[in-house]
Amino acid sequence: MELVYLAIPLASLLGAIIAGFFGKQIGRSGAHCVTIIGVAVSFVLSLLVLKNVAIDGAAIYNQSVYTWMISDGIRFEVGFLIDGLTALMMAVVTAVSLMVHIYTIGYMHDDPGYQRFFSYISLFTFSMLMLVMSNNFLQLFFGWEAVGLLSYLLIGFWFKKETAIYANLKAFLVNRVGDFGFLLGIAVVLMFTGSLDYYEVFDRADSMVTATMQVIPGMDWSVITLACILLFIGAMGKSAQVPLHVWLPDSMEGPTPISALIHAATMVTAGIFMVARMSPLFELSDTALSFVIVIGATTAFFMGLIGIVQNDIKRVVAYSTLSQLGYMTVALGASAYSAAIFHLMTHAFFKALLFLAAGSVIIAMHHEQDIRKMGGLKKYMPITYWVSLVGSLALIGFPGSSGYFSKDAILIATANSEVWGSGYAYLAVLLGVFVTAFYSFRMFFLVFHGEERMDEHTREHLHETAPVVTVPLILLAIPSAIIGWLTIETVLFTDFFDQAIIIYAEHGAMAAVAEAFHGPMNFVLHGLSPGPTWLAAGGVISAWYIYLKKPQLAGAIRQRMEWVYQLLDNKYYFDRFNEIVFAGTARAVGQVLWRLGDALMIDGMIINGSARLVGWFAGVARQVQTGYLNHYAFAMISGLILLLGWVVLG
Amino acid sequence: MIETIIFYVFAVATVTSACAVVTVRNPVHAALFLVLTFFTSAVIWMTLEAEFLAISLVLVYVGAVMVLFIFVVMMLDINVARMREGFVRYLPLGLAVAVIMLLMMLSVVTSDVFVMEVGSEPVAKAADYSNTKALGAVLYTDYVFAFEIAAVILLVAIIAAISLTLRKRGKTKYQSPSAQIAVRKADRLRIVKMPSSED
Amino acid sequence: MMTLTLSHYLILAAVLFSISIAGIVINRKNIIILLMSIELMLLSVNLNFLAFSHYLDDIAGQVFVFFILTVAAAEAAIGLAILVVLFRNRGSINVEDIKELKW
Repeated sequence: MELVYLAIPLASLLGAIIAGFFGKQIGRSGAHCVTIIGVAVSFVLSLLVLKNVAIDGAAIYNQSVYTWMISDGIRFEVGFLIDGLTALMMAVVTAVSLMVHIYTIGYMHDDPGYQRFFSYISLFTFSMLMLVMSNNFLQLFFGWEAVGLLSYLLIGFWFKKETAIYANLKAFLVNRVGDFGFLLGIAVVLMFTGSLDYYEVFDRADSMVTATMQVIPGMDWSVITLACILLFIGAMGKSAQVPLHVWLPDSMEGPTPISALIHAATMVTAGIFMVARMSPLFELSDTALSFVIVIGATTAFFMGLIGIVQNDIKRVVAYSTLSQLGYMTVALGASAYSAAIFHLMTHAFFKALLFLAAGSVIIAMHHEQDIRKMGGLKKYMPITYWVSLVGSLALIGFPGSSGYFSKDAILIATANSEVWGSGYAYLAVLLGVFVTAFYSFRMFFLVFHGEERMDEHTREHLHETAPVVTVPLILLAIPSAIIGWLTIETVLFTDFFDQAIIIYAEHGAMAAVAEAFHGPMNFVLHGLSPGPTWLAAGGVISAWYIYLKKPQLAGAIRQRMEWVYQLLDNKYYFDRFNEIVFAGTARAVGQVLWRLGDALMIDGMIINGSARLVGWFAGVARQVQTGYLNHYAFAMISGLILLLGWVVLG
Repeated sequence: MIETIIFYVFAVATVTSACAVVTVRNPVHAALFLVLTFFTSAVIWMTLEAEFLAISLVLVYVGAVMVLFIFVVMMLDINVARMREGFVRYLPLGLAVAVIMLLMMLSVVTSDVFVMEVGSEPVAKAADYSNTKALGAVLYTDYVFAFEIAAVILLVAIIAAISLTLRKRGKTKYQSPSAQIAVRKADRLRIVKMPSSED
Repeated sequence: MMTLTLSHYLILAAVLFSISIAGIVINRKNIIILLMSIELMLLSVNLNFLAFSHYLDDIAGQVFVFFILTVAAAEAAIGLAILVVLFRNRGSINVEDIKELKW
């Protein structure tokens, strides 16, 4: 079985290496064949592992594969921890990756960097697998950084485009801020438990509960709270929570397949996965859980609001991702870790579906992305239409779809959570249901229904995209529809996550959900009664009314609430703030250091100054050489007298 | 007793003529005073039982070096009038420096350090003591290397002095035998082809 | 004061030496006088050596004087040769006119 675990990441890596280094030799079809085979192998083996863990009930595998070094008693190893959580993540990652690989054949068909793209997405799959299969913090961090790097490379894939370069640098820098917190968190854990291995840390975690440390002299902070908050800061960077969310909308500069893979399904969920994996630690600190839930709620609601005013089809879906990540974070804060992971899984499928469908629309519209120039595409692209409908219904939580199950689980869990801030969180996620429905169906109606606003030339060329694009869409639509129904019981209410996720009795949110659950059918019917479902319905009807029935209403509302529109359009001025405060400060510091430090002090005083000093001194000293013989003779005599005096008198 | 008187008399004479050397206007006079200084100090050397050196002082120094000085003084056309300016200006400084130096040396010489058991009275020499013989006995055995080097120094001095002051006389004609021998046929003879005149 | 001791000769040598120093400092106009002062200095040193040699009964002092005499003669010769060449080129033996070797 160990060979299987090794083969899963290595198959993708091998594909990436071959396509990356030998891309020219093997040509375009060679590159995509080799990488797809690699990822397909990973996928099949991941399903095997999932079956092993879920159905056959295999024991947890926690082994070190390779010891890199041992320093001062700390072991730095490469190892695998395969339990329910890992198996689920592996299956999701490889499934979405495989779909994206196949989709890319069609989407990047004309691109000159074809082989490079395949190499990158395979390499990304490898990194993500290493991250989720890890059994220690070091490998986790390796995977973390590697996916960050691949994200940078892929966002800036079209590197000749200026906006792409700005975006990938922004993503990397914001990520770095998160990683800084993450590294500090790992350091605190290492300092107080003396180990990087998960199980050893969890065993010794109790010692951190009572310990305190003084970061600012005079203020005692609880170590476990500090460690959890720092680790969560890493998750904030990676999973784009407020205020480290600013990079995700800009990451839409990258090609659509990677928006689907990285910024919807997998990389951004790494943070959620990490917090779930660290549940034994987070459970020990209520403060950290409150912090998590408040941040998550803020992201969930406020980011959704921005989605209402976006006109780029990919940006709408990007803000939707931000909002849904907020939902997952809220679930984590409510100690409903399994619900968060469940929503992660369902969201991966329907969000990837929505992104790829958007990509399909973009291809058909000849790379036009503005939804104000679309409309009435239903009759031109039926397959894309129907899968988009499925995805959107899943997103808003239509009863029966997979999104419904996961979202409702989160809502019930949040309602029953008792950490500080859970009330605010419940309000945010509840209102968020309305907002989600509103913006997703606004987009849906504007793109696929209503009057056709595209120009003649584009309309003539409108047709459904090639099967190599639509087949992955269909393959993703199927789990978006049914996977919730099929798996909710296993994932949430059995001992699937028992070893992976620890919940303490006083955080009774999941227990409350378990009480409310009496089988999937019952859950669906429960949803038909007043509650969130009606909010979602309200959102859909409002969108239909404003954008289809009375289009001029949208303009009128905007004029009445212009300041709200401006606030949303400028994304709450987060970007402006970062530009002025952080970037401006950095530039100002650089200016000062350049002018004063470098030019004035180092160049002026030290380098030129020392030269000038030597020159000045030489100018003074050379005046001794007068040329007069008697001056020299006198100097000699004086010297002699002095020497004599020193000897005689001394 | 008599030695002491001789010493004092000649010591005064030496000091006086030394002062005269540095103060008189005419450099020829100064040179002559220097000759006098050497003579009187030769007498003092003789009281120290160094006859050979005293005589060589007179012969070598006065006879050769001072004569050379006088040659040069005579040869150079010196404007005497300008010579005296500035004498008074620098006199105080010179006196001050000299006095300081003198005082320092005196403080060494007259201190207790210089009371030596060995040096209070000179060792009496034998009646047939010959300074020359004593010097010669040592010079050609223990110090022969230094002697040879001294000879080389003198040789170097000759060469240096000549090479410094030698002036080439460009106006006289002279023969250069080496150039005469080095002549080749081509330098003297040029064969010109001409059409022969045949009538 | 009646018996001659080493100190007498040393004092005499010191006096001669300081006179020659004064001569160097005072004399600004005539290089020849300068050279003569140097000869005086050498004379005083010779006297010193001989005095020590006599009172310590060591012939080495006299040998040294011998060599000083030699070197002094050589030095005087070369010094005068330089002076002659200098006068040829400058037309003056005024010390204050020779000031080319300066900054």
